[in-house]
Amino acid sequence: MDDLYRDEILEHYRNPHNFGTLETPTTAKEGANPLCGDRITLMLAINDDGTVEDVAFTGRGCAISQASASMLTDEIKGKPLSEIATLGRQDVLDNLGIEISPARMKCAMLSLETLRSALSDRVAWQGKTDEE
Amino acid sequence: MAIVRSLDPVALRADFAIFEREFRGRRLAYLDSAATSLKPRVVTEAVTGYLNNYSANVHRGIYEIGEEATAAYEGARSKIAAFIGATDPREIIMVRNATEAINLVAYAWGRHNIKQADTIVTTEMEHHSNIIPWQLLTQEKDADLEFVSFDEHGYINQDSYEVLLRTKPKLVSFTAVSNGIGTINPVREMVAKAHEVGALVLVDGAQAVPHQPVNVQEMDCDFFVFSGHKALGPPGSGALWARREILEAMPPFMGGGEMIREVHLRHTTFNEVPYKFEAGTPDVSAAIGLGAALDYLSGLGMEHVRAHERELVAYALEVLPERVKSIRIHGPLSASDRAGVITFNLADAHPHDVATLLDREAIAVRAGHHCTMPLHQRLGEEASARASFYVYTDRDDIDRLAEALNKVERLFAKN
Repeated sequence: MDDLYRDEILEHYRNPHNFGTLETPTTAKEGANPLCGDRITLMLAINDDGTVEDVAFTGRGCAISQASASMLTDEIKGKPLSEIATLGRQDVLDNLGIEISPARMKCAMLSLETLRSALSDRVAWQGKTDEE
Repeated sequence: MAIVRSLDPVALRADFAIFEREFRGRRLAYLDSAATSLKPRVVTEAVTGYLNNYSANVHRGIYEIGEEATAAYEGARSKIAAFIGATDPREIIMVRNATEAINLVAYAWGRHNIKQADTIVTTEMEHHSNIIPWQLLTQEKDADLEFVSFDEHGYINQDSYEVLLRTKPKLVSFTAVSNGIGTINPVREMVAKAHEVGALVLVDGAQAVPHQPVNVQEMDCDFFVFSGHKALGPPGSGALWARREILEAMPPFMGGGEMIREVHLRHTTFNEVPYKFEAGTPDVSAAIGLGAALDYLSGLGMEHVRAHERELVAYALEVLPERVKSIRIHGPLSASDRAGVITFNLADAHPHDVATLLDREAIAVRAGHHCTMPLHQRLGEEASARASFYVYTDRDDIDRLAEALNKVERLFAKN
């Protein structure tokens, strides 16, 4: 049992990075998995040249969904939207680095789906938006 | 099968093929029987026996296997009637599950009898299948839907129930046993109170029929529903029971073959009950499988099944808080008032993580809202984990659960 959730995931779950709110976000989006109750609110501050200057999230739910959000916000912070547009499901899975069963895939992907939804009018996503 | 004086879960496992499988090198600790039960070989053999040897349609073929199929299907109806204490098999409508049975009542009885400003009363602990059909009906009819609350110990608030009965509802619909928190409700008393104000009563028996003796005459309800798949039977089997005079006054649910007497291009006369409500070829194999499952349960004795689960509940309520320090158990803390359902949260681990980690130890529990979102709102939890028991569950399963939860708790403990 102990080997399933790596220490890094538990660490992100207990002390999530970028957890909180932004005072002046340029975009904010809420995402939820109604079947399990995982939810996050993602806030982004994007500057004029299209770089994610700051990012924050709040949320509650399982370790997979919250650690995934913590890792994803680390990943996109300071990056241009053009680079963020290439992020796909495999990147999220690579970050988590553990076996995700089909039943838990929605937990893992909640933050990416919320990010995609938040940026839907600004970014042409290059990764596929459904099952990859 | 020999008559058993008390129930031996370890010996019974030999009747279930699934226990021959190994999961991560271990026997499956299946603690999700409130979602669906495992199936003994007598059930799967009854199903394949029909499909292999006499798979004719029912009520049609004037030939040997057609008559065998009809006899087996109608035999299942009689077994269902006897199992729930119905005096007349014609009062049993074969359906896919409890959900279909409630929807049948909502459409056929409800659309005919519920009018604007009428009231239907249900409770906050219901499964979604005993909420949504009534929402759809009352929205269509501009009628009222009222909910009885339950208290912090998981008991229906009888004062609030009596207050709502003063609105003279046309129908009261509630569960005999909560799938969410295991509460065994005082069905007979609640039915009697509803009848005093002239309401008809539907009792959801989905969690009662598999686990305790049930008698619709003693309950004195007007409609009773259950699913076969939670009672060792196949998915696609279940029944609605209702008083014959109610069924006869009800218009049909679905139209099609079987449910007719005479069809003309512009009008149809309908078959007698129960066939009026069984349009189309039914799931014959599932019904026959359910008949075999009810025979098996009768062989065990439902009073033994309940005594066994009561003992497991008492054990779980004792050892889980001892061995799992951060556990919060929802629902009644008395084994007499609680079916074999232990719903809980750990302080630091989300139910989904709990279920994923238990799965690594070959322990199957449910995590989520268990189709009871309003109940979870009342509990103040987004989700919970649920361990539920049946005839093949023993103390060893609960010991394994406690040990694994203790590991999860330590893994997630904040440093």
